[in-house]
Amino acid sequence: MAEAVWILGINMTKFGKYPDRDVIDLASEATLAALKDAGITMKDVGILAYGNLMGQTSGQILQKQIGQTGIPVFNVANACATGATALRTAIMAVKAGEVDFGLAVGVEKLAGAGLLAGGTVGAASDVWEPKGRFGAVTPIDGRVGTETMPGVFAQIGQEYGYRHHVEADFELFAKISEKNHFHSTLNPLASYQKAMSLEQIMGDVMIAYPNTRPMCSANCDGAAAAVVVSDAKLKTLSLEQQRRAVKVSASILTSDPYQEACQVLPDVNTLTRAAAISAYEQAGVGPSDLDLVELHDCFATAELVHYDNLMLCEEGGAVDFFKSGATWRDGSTPVNVSGGLESKGHPIAATGIANVWEVCHHLRGEAGDRQIEGAKVGLAHVIGLGSACGVHILEKSAA
Amino acid sequence: MNGAVHMAEQIPLVDYLVLGDSPHLVANECTSCGARFFDHRSACASCSGTEFTKVDVGTEGTLRTFTIVSMAAPGIDVPFVPGIVDCDGTSAKGNIVNTPADPEHIKLGMKVRLTTFPIGTDAEGTEAIGFGFEPMEVQ
Repeated sequence: MAEAVWILGINMTKFGKYPDRDVIDLASEATLAALKDAGITMKDVGILAYGNLMGQTSGQILQKQIGQTGIPVFNVANACATGATALRTAIMAVKAGEVDFGLAVGVEKLAGAGLLAGGTVGAASDVWEPKGRFGAVTPIDGRVGTETMPGVFAQIGQEYGYRHHVEADFELFAKISEKNHFHSTLNPLASYQKAMSLEQIMGDVMIAYPNTRPMCSANCDGAAAAVVVSDAKLKTLSLEQQRRAVKVSASILTSDPYQEACQVLPDVNTLTRAAAISAYEQAGVGPSDLDLVELHDCFATAELVHYDNLMLCEEGGAVDFFKSGATWRDGSTPVNVSGGLESKGHPIAATGIANVWEVCHHLRGEAGDRQIEGAKVGLAHVIGLGSACGVHILEKSAA
Repeated sequence: MNGAVHMAEQIPLVDYLVLGDSPHLVANECTSCGARFFDHRSACASCSGTEFTKVDVGTEGTLRTFTIVSMAAPGIDVPFVPGIVDCDGTSAKGNIVNTPADPEHIKLGMKVRLTTFPIGTDAEGTEAIGFGFEPMEVQ
């Protein structure tokens, strides 16, 4: 077992709309705040891992605003798991003993972006001509299934009900969304902090059945950054830094292993379960030890399947698990007390660090009104289609 | 209608759709592990084998999952019903057609069959033929 790695400082900007600030302004804000939270400066940082999936900026551009120190920069991209990948990269560098301090940053500007993916196969031409790996004569989005995320994840949620012979219907998925919107009312950094009734959610604009608009992740702007430190270095820092440091008990990244059907509908189950198994083993904790979970509810239909994939419930038992009230903030396994992607928002590359920030906030006992009392262990999960899954298990410092 | 029977030249929407008297999908099957793929292959995603053989995919199957898309990219007609159909162990992606696009008519587990239809004619008069899956029994 390699030596432990700790989160020394972490920050997220408020998620929302920033028409007057660019990607680097947001990344700078989160990064400078994370460094301050850690009690170090850019001069101490040995590696920067940076993610900005849609904006095409780089860690080097960020450094030109906050400190060009000549350190190696890893610009990473892993769909919606980009932030977790940046964090994992920084953790690996510390674990490898190459650096004492690593910095991970994720940032995105997505406010008003609308539907992501879909219609990307190319424009139709005047003459039918087979093109691409399927020899398609015209763009196939809409003609052979859908490429848009709400539709893909709707099918993923519906498939769960079919595979396990359980009633995962429109109302059930809407109730998951109701929970997350309720949770968001306590999170001042969420894009939307508005409780919504079941009727409001089900009656809102249908995007891809059974996902209505409030059941989809909110496109917004935001950034998050984390400073990680080696165990040996942490021991040389102040008692206050040691007390607030959060232990990274597990840091796992997986991709989707082959199985039948995974190339006609992305399979987000296999790689999440594999990541969870590895993470629990690495951390030496089980699902019942978790005081809170931030999981990738990019759509309400996705949250349900991840209860099962993360083994928060028995296999096939996600519907009953949710209906028991377990995942509400006063339940046995609070899930997405931040409001989740559906209300907190989903600035893609920031998400995989922002969910770690949320967990750390509770473990440090600094979550204010939404504090999960006595939280000692938490799990943060993201999925990027294609696919990539990041799982981090975090533990409160014993110091 | 002018009554003239003109058999336009046809081309399938995708190269894994075979037209003719009994339209069907074809897959590239890995000769070493049996995994099936609809796209042009470099190697097998399951076992990394590089030998493939063309196999016909069954035209009847069971609807494993679906969604009803109400909002899509510009130029795509909505609503439509993407689904995944289990055709005797080979999962195929396609739209569910010839039935109203609502959850009262589209049911998980329902039996469906492949059907083809024209999707348009190009500047040279060639007609492209698409495919979908239609319910085998009226719901």
